[in-house]
Amino acid sequence: MSQAELTREVARRVFASEFNDSTYTFKESDDERAPNYALLPTGDRANRVFVTGTLTETEDVGDESEYWRGRVVDPTGTFFVYAGQYQPEAAAVLRDTEPPAYVSIVGKPRTYETDDGTVNVSLRPESIAVVDDATRDRWVVETAERTLDRIEAFEAWEAEQEAPESGSTAPTNEYAEMARERYDSPVVNYRNDVIQALEQLEDVEEPDDAEATV
Amino acid sequence: MSDVRQHADDIHEQFSDHLDVDVEDVEERLTTLVDEYKVPMDEARRSVTNHYLEEAGLDREDISSGDSEAANVEDVDEPEEWIDLTAKVIELWDPRSDSVAQVGLLGDPTGTIKFTKWAKSDLPALEEGGVYELRNVVTDEYQGRYSVKLNSTTVIEELDEDLEVGNDTSEVEGALVDMQSGSGLIKRCPEEGCTRVLQNGRCNEHGEGEGEFDLRIKAVVDDGIDAHEVIFDKDATENLTGLSLEEAKEMAMDALDTTIVADEIREDIVGTYYRIEGPTFGRYVLADDVEELDGPIDGEELLIKARSM
Repeated sequence: MSQAELTREVARRVFASEFNDSTYTFKESDDERAPNYALLPTGDRANRVFVTGTLTETEDVGDESEYWRGRVVDPTGTFFVYAGQYQPEAAAVLRDTEPPAYVSIVGKPRTYETDDGTVNVSLRPESIAVVDDATRDRWVVETAERTLDRIEAFEAWEAEQEAPESGSTAPTNEYAEMARERYDSPVVNYRNDVIQALEQLEDVEEPDDAEATV
Repeated sequence: MSDVRQHADDIHEQFSDHLDVDVEDVEERLTTLVDEYKVPMDEARRSVTNHYLEEAGLDREDISSGDSEAANVEDVDEPEEWIDLTAKVIELWDPRSDSVAQVGLLGDPTGTIKFTKWAKSDLPALEEGGVYELRNVVTDEYQGRYSVKLNSTTVIEELDEDLEVGNDTSEVEGALVDMQSGSGLIKRCPEEGCTRVLQNGRCNEHGEGEGEFDLRIKAVVDDGIDAHEVIFDKDATENLTGLSLEEAKEMAMDALDTTIVADEIREDIVGTYYRIEGPTFGRYVLADDVEELDGPIDGEELLIKARSM
């Protein structure tokens, strides 16, 4: 049974580099069933994400029962995907899919602290689907767009902070503020990742264009 | 009508509520600038408009920009056009960003279009079901979809009338991220006028019954900003999956299990991008027109934007 979620959490579009930096998690209320959010460094909250990339490696890292780990690579980094007995369908896809393959994943960010105190972010899949390169390219462009939108909103807020004399029109941006408090990494890094991701897409497309004109 | 006269009329109209001024007076000022001083028309217009603004003690924002034109929703086919719309607020959505004061769907007799109202524009709130004259809104485009943005120069006037909305269709474009329970091969109550879906062979209203097989999909299509619930009826499901009701029944018969149909469909559609058009019923969009977005996509425009940020 799917509980009638009154407002279903949106699946954010986020590149691996930013996802893996989203180490701070929080709830919006004290209710124990309140959703958990990862704080995106570009200033938004994510309870769910939709990602696409190349599944490059799968491994059963479980002891008694199966626990599958998949590495899913996008132009900016690697998503670490873990699926066990409570995600049987996703675990089955990781077990049965022969890497490399393009996959798209709907899932939830999870954090865990290692012995040396570093916080790692992983992805717990709700579903994994094997997709084609067109879907992967579309995701890259879409994620670039959504990321730039977040960066723009972040920078607009930042500009207002730095020019308080124009105070009254300052757009509030709760999650940008939270991100600046919690993270050191400047948002320009993520803009550079967007550029890198889009450039990679262009590079791949060019030989196709050349072929078409022959 | 001469060109100058047309511009003079436009300007005159903008100030008719604020100033007692003859259109001849406006025309004369324009003519002087254009003919004698060889000023280009748009510069002349600007200058004359400013003159009257000063005379009336107004800001540019207080009058509707002469550049905007009355338009219908269906006419919107270019970004960055300044237009005036008379439209009804069909639906307000939750803004996903604090920089947005209101976001939702506007409709007029020719169709529906998304609107965004920025927080910093400091405009009065629009109400769901209200009909408004919106002067000086600017059109925007994203991947072939159009929207209008209300801005600080927009003039909002509530109208005391109802407006028939031509086509209550929604357009959703995004990834299909989930298929919900109650999808696939289902059984409906055979009682006349009852189309309830049987749960474990029972209708909530009419009790145990044989039931009639049907196909449908309840899915969530998500664009990273909103999650939309979309329903595919039998025809839409058959078109989407290529699986007919008869084939689905056979499949279930062979497996002695109806859930195999849903599993098969899920594997086929989850994780795929679609553009879906259809009427809205409450929070659901009924999928009338479905297109799988599997063509190439161009990121160049975005790349230029990213580099210039």
